[in-house]
Formats: sequence, structure tokens, C-alpha cells
Amino acid sequence: MNQFLAIVIDGIIYSSWLFIIAVGLTLIYGVMKILNVAHGSLYALGAYAATAFGGYWLAQGYPPIGSYGMLVLAAVFVGLVAGPLIERGLLRLMYGKDEVVLVLVTYAVFLILEDMTKLAFGVDPLSIPEPYGLLGSFEIGELMYPTYSLVLVLVSVFVAVALALFLGRTRHGKVLQAVIHDREIASAVGINVSRVYLVTFTAGVMLAALGGALTAPTISVQPGIAAEVIVLAFAVVVIGGLGSLGGAALGAVIVGMVRAWAVHKWPEVELFSVYAVMALVLIMRPKGLFAAPEARKI
Amino acid sequence: MQVNKPSQSLKRPPAPGVDRTTLMLVGALVILLAVGPILPRWAMFMLNVSLSWGTVVLGMLLLMRTGLVSFGTGLYYCLGAYAAGALHHFYGIADVAVMLAASVAVAAAVAVVLGFLLAKYRDIFFAMLSLAFSMILYGLLVKTSALGSTDGFGLSVKTIAGFPLGEWERNLMFSTTVVVAFCAALGMHRYLSSHQGRLASAIRDNELRVEYMGASVRRVIHVNYVISAALAGAGGGLVGIAIGHVDPEMAFWTTSGEFVFIAILAGTGSVLAPFLGAIIFETVRSFAYEYSPNTWQLILGTTMLLVIMFLPGGLWSIFTRRKAA
Amino acid sequence: MGVVLEARDLNKTFGAVTAANNINVRIDQDSVVGLIGSNGAGKTTFINMVTGYLKPTSGSIRYLDRDITGMSPRQITQLGICRSFQIPQLFGNLSVIENLQVGVGIASRSPRGGPDARMQEAHEIETLIERFNLGGYRHHRAGLLPEGIRKLLDIAMAVAGRPQVLLLDEPTSGVSADEKFRLMDMVMSALKTQGVTVLFVEHDMEIVSRYTHRILAFYEGRIIADGEPAVVLRETEVRRYVIGEHGHSAAAAGENNDD
Repeated sequence: MNQFLAIVIDGIIYSSWLFIIAVGLTLIYGVMKILNVAHGSLYALGAYAATAFGGYWLAQGYPPIGSYGMLVLAAVFVGLVAGPLIERGLLRLMYGKDEVVLVLVTYAVFLILEDMTKLAFGVDPLSIPEPYGLLGSFEIGELMYPTYSLVLVLVSVFVAVALALFLGRTRHGKVLQAVIHDREIASAVGINVSRVYLVTFTAGVMLAALGGALTAPTISVQPGIAAEVIVLAFAVVVIGGLGSLGGAALGAVIVGMVRAWAVHKWPEVELFSVYAVMALVLIMRPKGLFAAPEARKI
Repeated sequence: MQVNKPSQSLKRPPAPGVDRTTLMLVGALVILLAVGPILPRWAMFMLNVSLSWGTVVLGMLLLMRTGLVSFGTGLYYCLGAYAAGALHHFYGIADVAVMLAASVAVAAAVAVVLGFLLAKYRDIFFAMLSLAFSMILYGLLVKTSALGSTDGFGLSVKTIAGFPLGEWERNLMFSTTVVVAFCAALGMHRYLSSHQGRLASAIRDNELRVEYMGASVRRVIHVNYVISAALAGAGGGLVGIAIGHVDPEMAFWTTSGEFVFIAILAGTGSVLAPFLGAIIFETVRSFAYEYSPNTWQLILGTTMLLVIMFLPGGLWSIFTRRKAA
Repeated sequence: MGVVLEARDLNKTFGAVTAANNINVRIDQDSVVGLIGSNGAGKTTFINMVTGYLKPTSGSIRYLDRDITGMSPRQITQLGICRSFQIPQLFGNLSVIENLQVGVGIASRSPRGGPDARMQEAHEIETLIERFNLGGYRHHRAGLLPEGIRKLLDIAMAVAGRPQVLLLDEPTSGVSADEKFRLMDMVMSALKTQGVTVLFVEHDMEIVSRYTHRILAFYEGRIIADGEPAVVLRETEVRRYVIGEHGHSAAAAGENNDD
């Protein structure tokens, strides 16, 4: 029973983290039909920016509680700088190309960002443990959990609810859904698709960076984290169905729970299990669990 | 008999075997075998690895001609290397020919099974499922202590088809790679100019029409997938032997990404392109590692963007552009 | 003259829309049949069901002595039912001759190809090029051809499949008015010697009456008239619902996507 509880709680924490790192990816795909390989690099940039912003804040001797604000600020900063830069400067030249070509384009961006990050922040591991340590831990039964994990869960729920409300309740959200549904009709009825793309991509980058910034206190930030995260994010969004926000949530829960189970019950298959589930879902439902039906061709 | 002769040329497409590509392949074979012994050690090693990688990318070329981009070629590359390595590691077999045969056989066998699934997938879904399969292997190897976990294990060779390598080991291994790459390229060239090869391009353009002519798209894709896996397995085996070490990184998605990079850089215009692309890739990488290790990927990414934007047919299209115009 | 193709109680619904409503028809060997009807009347749906693209909701389709209901397009093509498309389905990056090489290559490797078929390939390709007057475009990329030529090549591809039954979906759509007859002449003469049964969808009544032995008039998924052209085209229902004498012109509407 105790172990079951531990699996569920670990699963919830891990799922929350996965949702934050994957939701931006599925948002961008849904609206722009771009499977953004560089998503992992933007996550890494967010993590690096968090160490820089947070580090600066703490070095100035400001109250440590403000470092949480700095994590968020780091993500917003990365989003506002990298988002428009990549979308306006590069992706805009590529619209209309094949989806696979766009994957290759973002793969190239991934490669470029890998080295730019190294050039900007060096290759040595960086860290910003204060926001993590500051909160201490709490107990559930006999199990101890860092309170910071609770923050991740809350942020993840907040992001999910905010996105759902935005898409379902606001005018801008409905515009976005129109674009997700049918790009051509959307532009025919006068929606400024170009601007929607810019805003969506920036928001997606911001979410990736937020994932990185919130993770930074729990890991050592070093080269290679981008490549690891992107395949996990792929697994999550592919399981849920590319472009579906609900799918990303479901995918995150599935991957999170499976991994938590593996960690406790069968540690050898921990990494394997995630991709096995991804492959299994793709085999049973080739387009993921929440997929749109296809139109007739002839 | 003689009456039939003029129409014979009309009935049959020009026999493959004497065209320009074949001549260039034979020329490359002769030159490489001749200069091999006089190459400095580092150059021979670099060329050896390049040709092995070219063999892997040759398989990707076939898939790309069929309209498919795999982000999981590392699966077969790694399987090929581990198959060769395992023979040595567990059974003490150190014969190059046997090891390479195992590389190809294991890769092809796994591809036959997975091909039943993957032949149904297209576009990014093909890319993602193949990625998932290679990451499954990665996840397994990383946690398998019998196979050295994340460190992998070493291997060495002693004979080739029973013939002892002795002090000629490096030269003979280089020649082996050259011959394997040559056979792969020539075989692929002939395959591509056959009916089956044309079907690949036809499928990329319009699957519906292929089915409505009465051919099975899935079967063609399945066959091409197995061929491409076998080549990746051979390349993996060759690299494993050349480096004398195998590790799970070979199945990680970034390895597959590098193969994709070479394929895009080189283009799919000719069976020679993958080898040219691999040689350029290895050369630039070797020098970049030496002089500027933190800008290597920056160079790669920028080059890739430039190729996608200005040379969609890859570097090879520079040679063929004049003809097309 | 035997029956080559037969549809029995064929129905197809898409949600609330009925695209085929109890279709019963028998097609005689060697006949040329015109399918007419306004937009969405069910002509393309009928062709799509016969060639396996759509599975009927109920009913059956027989070809010679076999039930082909629910077979895949590939299986049906292999049995000898070939088709062309309203929007030409070509290999856009391949040249005209390569398109035909693929088409003829597949056909001659099929069981129906016969032992000598592969030797005859090049000859067959030349014959097709000649009959469809494609000689000037031999090495042009199919994706860059003018619409009329693409249409011809699409039909040539269907013929390359060595059909017993050939279904042409709007062979003359997108072809200029004065070219239409030339195109149909070409198609018909290409098929004349081979004993092929032809069904084609057409909006131009002049073409239908000149080239067919029989007309099937579709309206709302049903066949509302079936018979010789002269008779069918005079029927009041056909004049109202298909030719559109008391409403909008069906011929004009047919320029858009059918069904």
C-alpha cells in the first residue's frame, strides 16, 4: 500500500513536470504543424537563464523568496527574445514546406542552439539550488517529499487550467482554435494567421523555457539536457496525439505513472518503459490517443 | 535472331553496369584500394569511418527516395555494432567476415519484424515510431550490465574469413570497408534503376496511384526498410570494429540525427552522394573537434539551414543542376 | 455479350448523407457507359465503391464471377478494373516516360501480365505514348505538364494497367471545349481494339451522346434513368435534375469537385 502510494505521488510529480515541458510542443504543432525539435534547446535555455537570473538576484543579496520570481522572469525573457527571433527570422521563410522538412529545420535550430548555449554559458555544470532548498520538505505518511515538487504540480495545473480557459472562453482562444482546425478557412475569414503564429510560437517557447527554469533548481544544468528532454517531450505528445492539449495532459500522466511504476518496481526498465509505451500507443493508435480524422482525398 | 536485334534495344532499358555512376564507383574503388596503404594512420581511420557511415546513409537514401525520413537509424547501426561485438565478447569469435555477417543478419531480422508495423506509417509518424524503437534499444542497453551498461564494451578482430589479419590488420580492415561500401553502392545503384527502385520514387510522389496500378505500397516500403536496416547494420559493424568499442550512444537519437544530417547535406541524387557527404562530415568534424569544439554543431546547424534553403537537392545537386537546365 | 460488372442493392451513407441509394445495375461486356448527374449525385461515389476506395454500407459488387465488395483498390486493380481520376493522380517528380514505366512495369509483373509481358514493356510504353499523343512530352516532369496533358497521361496510366473494365472520372474536365472531342477520340481509339468495357463520368451531354451506348443518370444517390442516350436524355426527370433545364446548369456546377 505504501509503495502504491509512493508510485502514485511520484507519478503525479513526474507527470506535472512532463506536462510543463511538453505542452508548448503540442501547442506549436497544433497551430503551426511544426514538430519543434529545438523545443529541448529552449528548455535548456530556460534552465540556463534561470541560473543566471536567479544567481544574480541572490548574489545581490535580495530576499531569496524573490528567486522564484526570477525563475519565471527568466522563462518570459527567453520566450520574448528567442520566440520572435526564430519565428520571424527563420520559420517564416519555411512555411508551406513539408512537415518533415520543418522537422529538419528545427533540428538545425537545435544544433545551433546547443553550441550557442555552450558559448554563452560555458560547458561546466551550473546550478541554482536555493529555490529548491528554501521550501524544505513535507511528509505524506512515512514518505518525505520536497515541497518544491508541490510547486511543480501547482504550476502544471495552473498552466493546464489557464490554457483550457483561454482556448474555451476567450475570443483570442477561439481564434486560435479556428486556426488549429483549419488554417485556410481561418485566414479566409480574416484572421491574421501570421500574427497568430508569432504569438503561438512565442508562447510555446515561453512554456519550454518555463519548464527549464522550474527544473533548474533540481538538476545540474549542463550540455546534453536538451537532447534528453526533447525525446521525452516527443513521447508525451505523440502518445496523446500531436497538437492536442488534452492529449499532452493524458500523455504526461501515462508516461509519468509508467515511469514511477518502473522506478519502484523494476528500475532496469525505467528509460525503456517510456519509449515502449510510446511505441505501443503509436502501434495501436497510429496518430496518438486524441487524433483528428482524415479527409477524403479523391 | 539477328532480325530481333534492333528492336531489342528498344524493348529493354539500357543495361545498368556500364553507365557513368558505375564507372565512377569502380574508379573510386581502385583509387581507394591503391592509396590505402600510403595514407597516414589518421586519414585512413577517418576515411574508414566515413565510408562506413556512408553505407548507413546509403540506406537512408533509399528510404528518402521512398519519401520516408527515419529518426531511428541508430537502432540498426547500434544493433549491427553490438552483434559484431557480442560475438567477440561472449563467444570469442574474432573473424571480420563472420562478425559483419552477424551485423547484417541481426539488423535485417529485426527490421523484418518491425517493418510490418512501420510500413503503415508516413511522415512524422514514421520518424517518431522509428525514433521510439531506437530509444527503446538505448534504454535497454543503458541498463544491461552484461553489455557494459552506458560504457559499452570493447572488441577486437584477428581473422577475416579465416585468414589471419596479422600486422596488416589496419590495411585489410580499410580494404574491407572499401569493398563493402563499393558493393553496397553498386547494388543500390542497380536496385534504384530497376523497376522496384522506380517504385520507390513513385510511392514518394503518389501512393494512391501505385495502389491503383496494382502494386503493394506497404510491401515495397517493407522491403526497402529491411535493405536500409541491413546497410545500417553493416555500417555499425564496420565502425564497431574500426573503433574497437561499442556503446549505447550509437542508438541515441542524436546519432540518427547525424545520419539524417549527412543525408540532407549530400542529397539523394546519386549513390555516391552519401559517401561524399560522410567524408565531408567526418573531415569537418575532426578539424572542428580539434580547433573549436564548441562551434561544431553551430556549423552543422547553419550548413543544414543553408542546404535546406538554397540546395534542396543537397550538395550532389550542384553536379546535376547543369544537366537539368 | 455477358455481364462484366454488377451492383446489387448498393448503399453508401456518410453520416446523414446518402451518397448511394439502392443502386442496381448490370454492365455488359464491351459496352461504353456514360455516368451523368449533377454535383453530389453519387457518380464518383459509385466509381469509388467499384474500385475499392470506399466500402459500401450495404449491398454487393460482382465482377465477372467474383464478389469484389470490400476488396482493396490493389486487389481490384489486379483483377482488371482500372481507373482514372478527376484530379490526375500522377508521379509528379517523374517524367512522362517514367510514369508509364512504373505503370506498365507493375501491370506486367502482376499475375495477369503473362510470361512474356516483361519483354514487351518498352513496346507497350511506346504504343501508349503514340496512342495518347504524348511523344512531345516524353521527358517532361509530370507535375509540370499542362492540365490537358496530365489528364491524358492519367488515362494512359489507367490503360497501362491492361483493364477489362476502365472507369474514367470526368476525363474531359479541365480540358478546353474544342479539345474535348479530340481527347475522347484518342481514348476511344486507344481502347477500340482491346475489348474493354468503359464507364465514364461526363457533364457534357454532347460527348455523352456521341460516345456511349448507354447512359446511367444519377440523382441524389439513385439511378433515375438507364438506357440508350437518345432515350435517357429526353426523359423529363433527367432534363430537370441532371441537365438542369429548370434550374441551375449542372454542367457549370460540374467544374468544381464532384460529390
